[in-house]
Amino acid sequence: MPPISSATLAPDASPAREAEAHSPRPVPRRRPSIVRWYRRGGLVPVLFAIPGILAFTYFSWGPIVSGAIMGFQRTNLIDDATWVGLTNFAYVLSDPVLPQAVGNTVYFAVLGMLFGFPAPLVLAVYMAELRRSRALFNTLAYLPVVIPPIVAILLWKYFYDPSADGLFNQILGAVGIGPLPWLNASASAMPSIVLEVIWATAGGTAIIYLAAITSVKPELYEAAEIDGSGIWRRIWHVTLPQLRGVILALVLLQLIGTLQVFTEPYVFTGGGPDNATVTVLMLIYSYAFQYGDYGAATALSFLLAIALAIVSVVYLLATRKWSRS
Amino acid sequence: MTDTRLITVTPARARRKAAEAPERSAISDADRRRPSVKATMTTLQIAFFSFLVIAGVGPILWLAKAALSTTQDTISQPFAWFPSGIQWGNLAAAWEQIQVGRYLANTAVMALGSTISTVVVTASLAYVISILRPRWAKFLSGAILVTLFVPGVISLVPLYLTVVDVPLVGVSLIDTYWAVWLPAAANAFTVLIVSRFFDEIPREIIEAARVDGVGPLRMFFIIVLPFSKSILGVIAVLTILNSWKDFLWPMLVLPGSELQPISVALARVAGKTDLSLQMSAMLLGLLIPIAVFLIFQRQILKGVSMSGGIKG
Repeated sequence: MPPISSATLAPDASPAREAEAHSPRPVPRRRPSIVRWYRRGGLVPVLFAIPGILAFTYFSWGPIVSGAIMGFQRTNLIDDATWVGLTNFAYVLSDPVLPQAVGNTVYFAVLGMLFGFPAPLVLAVYMAELRRSRALFNTLAYLPVVIPPIVAILLWKYFYDPSADGLFNQILGAVGIGPLPWLNASASAMPSIVLEVIWATAGGTAIIYLAAITSVKPELYEAAEIDGSGIWRRIWHVTLPQLRGVILALVLLQLIGTLQVFTEPYVFTGGGPDNATVTVLMLIYSYAFQYGDYGAATALSFLLAIALAIVSVVYLLATRKWSRS
Repeated sequence: MTDTRLITVTPARARRKAAEAPERSAISDADRRRPSVKATMTTLQIAFFSFLVIAGVGPILWLAKAALSTTQDTISQPFAWFPSGIQWGNLAAAWEQIQVGRYLANTAVMALGSTISTVVVTASLAYVISILRPRWAKFLSGAILVTLFVPGVISLVPLYLTVVDVPLVGVSLIDTYWAVWLPAAANAFTVLIVSRFFDEIPREIIEAARVDGVGPLRMFFIIVLPFSKSILGVIAVLTILNSWKDFLWPMLVLPGSELQPISVALARVAGKTDLSLQMSAMLLGLLIPIAVFLIFQRQILKGVSMSGGIKG
């Protein structure tokens, strides 16, 4: 993009002046005045931006700022907020459920990463090799992603019926496994939730990987082939390194997303059995919307956001070498 | 510079074609003629295809079957082919008793309103940032971009409190669709995508129009919008699908059952209604997003891969 002086860009109402103002030679800078600014159309961008600025002020910037402040206040819907220092933080940190919620959330994220990371990548690498049926595969892979999560969760909740008559248990029973307790036992509840989440999201991730794979330069493969490397080595040494930017970004986004998981455990188990699936976001939800303790809820949100920021920074530092090489 | 820019704005059809038919991938044509590769590819094709059909379509087909079966059949013989016959009446009963029709209409109103507010705000902000470019545009785009790095959790509760009592205006949006529509407009991600797209509009066209005396308002409607129909369409379809999927936020701000979307209603009635009716309601809740997806597949998949490109 060639640099264009701001004078050239200022939209103008009068055509004659425009022709003059937009001539390629640089316009000498004059002292700005409100009248000049207005006559040169300075108001037009403001008018265009107003709806967006209002929307972001009210629903994005404002809540982010108050999210950073409210943790230090006591807020209810009746009185004015009062400053209470670190009381809210002390309260949420001493909640006996918190360690478990943190553990569960990390467990969810780790399981999601272990099984949710390779699946879409393998699928995408394979789909990139398809010549004719790629559109069909795209559709099939993406189908679970468009299913509203509630429909998918309620359906899987039925599949996970722990009795021997449960749908999954019947399938497993046919090959002599089970019946498994699925969502009903502390040990298997979280893995069951992760399985559904991977099913629901892998297709979307695969589509993004696929787009990145198709933009890998064919010359690279040709060069590798001429050098005598086989198909697997081409995938390992050409495709995957070429994808590292996308992989790094998607893994971080998945990490940030899974650490804020709410809907799946909330609808599947409500946090049970024995708090085995309570996540940090569910705790925040119950502070705010069950007990009306908005201060505690924002304090915990703030801590979670800090944790996410630390995770992101550590992640970026740890992968810096790989992303540059 | 100018030339490449013009080439990037070649008709979408040509670009699509180029994207769909890559020159080559990891496996070359010579490889493909080798019998071992051929056999492996065929095996993989069968394996992946059956896996995707079972995993992707299987649950939906099973849901369709359960929706049209008696509760008894579904529980005792989940894999049998309609032992008691197809129960078309389930759909009508669910429509009546769970009021699926009303909740679907609610969802549509919610999704369309969110889409309109997202597209209007996104397009006008991107127009300011990428085309009008006043001096303060870089502060605006910086302030918008920075919100992408703030995790959503931090603003959940404050956003709720904002909606309960909108500052300076002093009204509560709870139990109105505005509580869903208006926050949807503050979408940094779509602003980013659309302003990048606007950046691709050749500057020469904008300048030429300006010299011809086209004012900024007309420029927006006769040049920028026609140029960006495709991207705004992608944004619109993705917003519809996403608000169809939304659960937590509508549950919080629409506590009264009158206005709730289908996902919130389904979660509320789950376990409290007859299983076959619940399955019918779920199927009906699924049909529209699937239809939208099948109709707009190309745009949706393009939009998803594009958003991935920007994320990466």
